[in-house]
Amino acid sequence: MATAVSRANPPGPDRRPWTFYALGAVFAGYVAFLYGPMLCIYVLSFQGPRGALAFPMRGLSLFWFRQLLFQADTGDILGALSRSLPLALIVMTLTVLISLAAGLAFRSRFRGSGALFYLVIASLVAPGYVLSIGIGLMFQLLGFETSWYTSALGAQLSWTLPFGLLIMFAIFGRFSSAYEEAARDLGASSAQSMWLVVVPILLPGMIAVALFGFTLSYDEFARTLQTTGATNTVPIEIWSMTQNVTSPSIYALGTLTTALSFLVIGTALTSIGVIQKRRINRAKTLAGA
Amino acid sequence: MLTLTQRSVASPFSWTRLRPYLQVMPLVAVMMVFVVAPLCFVVAVSFFRYDNFEVIPDFSLENYQSVLTSHLTLSLYLTMLKLAAFTWVFTLLIGFSVAYFLVFHVRNRTVAIGLFLLCTVPFWTSNVIRMISWLPLLGKQGVINSALMFLGLTDKPLTFLLFSDFSVIVSYVHLFTIFMIVPIFNTMSRIDRSLFEAATDAGAGRFGTLVLVVLPLTKSGIVLGSIFVVTLVMGDFYVVRVMSGGTDASVVSAMYDDISTLLFPHAAASAVILVTLLTLMVAAILRVVNVRGELTGGR
Repeated sequence: MATAVSRANPPGPDRRPWTFYALGAVFAGYVAFLYGPMLCIYVLSFQGPRGALAFPMRGLSLFWFRQLLFQADTGDILGALSRSLPLALIVMTLTVLISLAAGLAFRSRFRGSGALFYLVIASLVAPGYVLSIGIGLMFQLLGFETSWYTSALGAQLSWTLPFGLLIMFAIFGRFSSAYEEAARDLGASSAQSMWLVVVPILLPGMIAVALFGFTLSYDEFARTLQTTGATNTVPIEIWSMTQNVTSPSIYALGTLTTALSFLVIGTALTSIGVIQKRRINRAKTLAGA
Repeated sequence: MLTLTQRSVASPFSWTRLRPYLQVMPLVAVMMVFVVAPLCFVVAVSFFRYDNFEVIPDFSLENYQSVLTSHLTLSLYLTMLKLAAFTWVFTLLIGFSVAYFLVFHVRNRTVAIGLFLLCTVPFWTSNVIRMISWLPLLGKQGVINSALMFLGLTDKPLTFLLFSDFSVIVSYVHLFTIFMIVPIFNTMSRIDRSLFEAATDAGAGRFGTLVLVVLPLTKSGIVLGSIFVVTLVMGDFYVVRVMSGGTDASVVSAMYDDISTLLFPHAAASAVILVTLLTLMVAAILRVVNVRGELTGGR
């Protein structure tokens, strides 16, 4: 009897077991722990001019945002944004293209694939600051100038590509090469089957890789620190503010940069959702016809 | 069918044989230029000497001698091991519970994916901001102290909450638990549900099933998550700097101080030692668990 009803859900019959409530409470607690502190600083960033770093709220205004953007002594936020955003877009594009190509390659066992795989994992788990020092030293000793669009770009790719590749593995794990065979049998060239069959099927996964590429680059700190040269990116600007700014304008920066992240995350997840939904509807229509 | 046979008899230097190599070329190039070469430079510079803030090419073991004989190094490693151990325990407990809840207790798949994304979203926002967001909570006039005093649980603010090992560990758990959740969630999702019936039929209780079925089958996810968490903690320097209020230092933050005073060879030697230790640790773990099979879906 017990086995019959437990098929849908392993640990028990239709009445929820006590572990459901216990683990549900752990989950709820974890989510509160995850978002609670972040909410605090968003709220505190909207304080009046007499605001401080802790509660209670002293008034309500956009004062600290104005301070942040137009006051020179809090640092060059707009300048940092004007570097961080293009950098994130470049890293995103390169991450998608390079991971897609590598993901296609890893479908067959080529010579050196094992070594390359471990190299990518090493790049993921290596202390970011050590790579940062290494890239900085390399540029210095070879006589190149470090800058956000050369050394920092490469440093960030060493962080985003492992994620891109691992996501590609997950995607290709469910991808059947029968689609490609079918396309070829129908007379598609290699490029056509790539562009008309493989890429559209993989599109949601590629958006996920793009999301990782953008956000991981935009928030990257340790690997960028020694490689960005004389000019700062946003996370490094925030870092230097934690050392010397003791006003809520640092919270304002947190609110601003997180809002931007949320915008990117929202766009990516929505477009993945829309594509999946359209697919399901299409499959239903086809099944009906 | 015809195409298949044609391809299999194609010459060894044909396009199909060459294609994977061309496809991984960009990845290999980035890895070589921005991972392998920089690490070689770090190793090379670790043997250099420095004088008056100038780096002099040489082959000297002075830096290693200085790092390895310093009491500071040992205490830094001990501190980091302690912080890593606490962080590991908490991230593992939370990560395992969260993954178990999502995989086995949430019945609707869409809801499970939604809740999973809820855990993931903060990962895509700034770590530095997430770290400093603990300041208004843990401080002397922070939310937690105010609440405790309001409830009469304490009459003066607890000072150990902020700028202490406690706040450092809280930040680590906050930042890194997702690295435990994702691999455990992945391996757990692949467990065949009929094994639960089998376990029940064989007389295992809830706890028995957990220990005899779920734990062994999620081992590789746990190991992978542990590698991520421990290496992230060992490689950290800004959390420990900010959240300990400057009292604690880490192996990497000591490197940062060296770099700030242009002692590149000294920092490089320390980096080589750290990377060697981490590599040995990860290699030891990989001997036990097949992580590649795990990550590539058994291919």
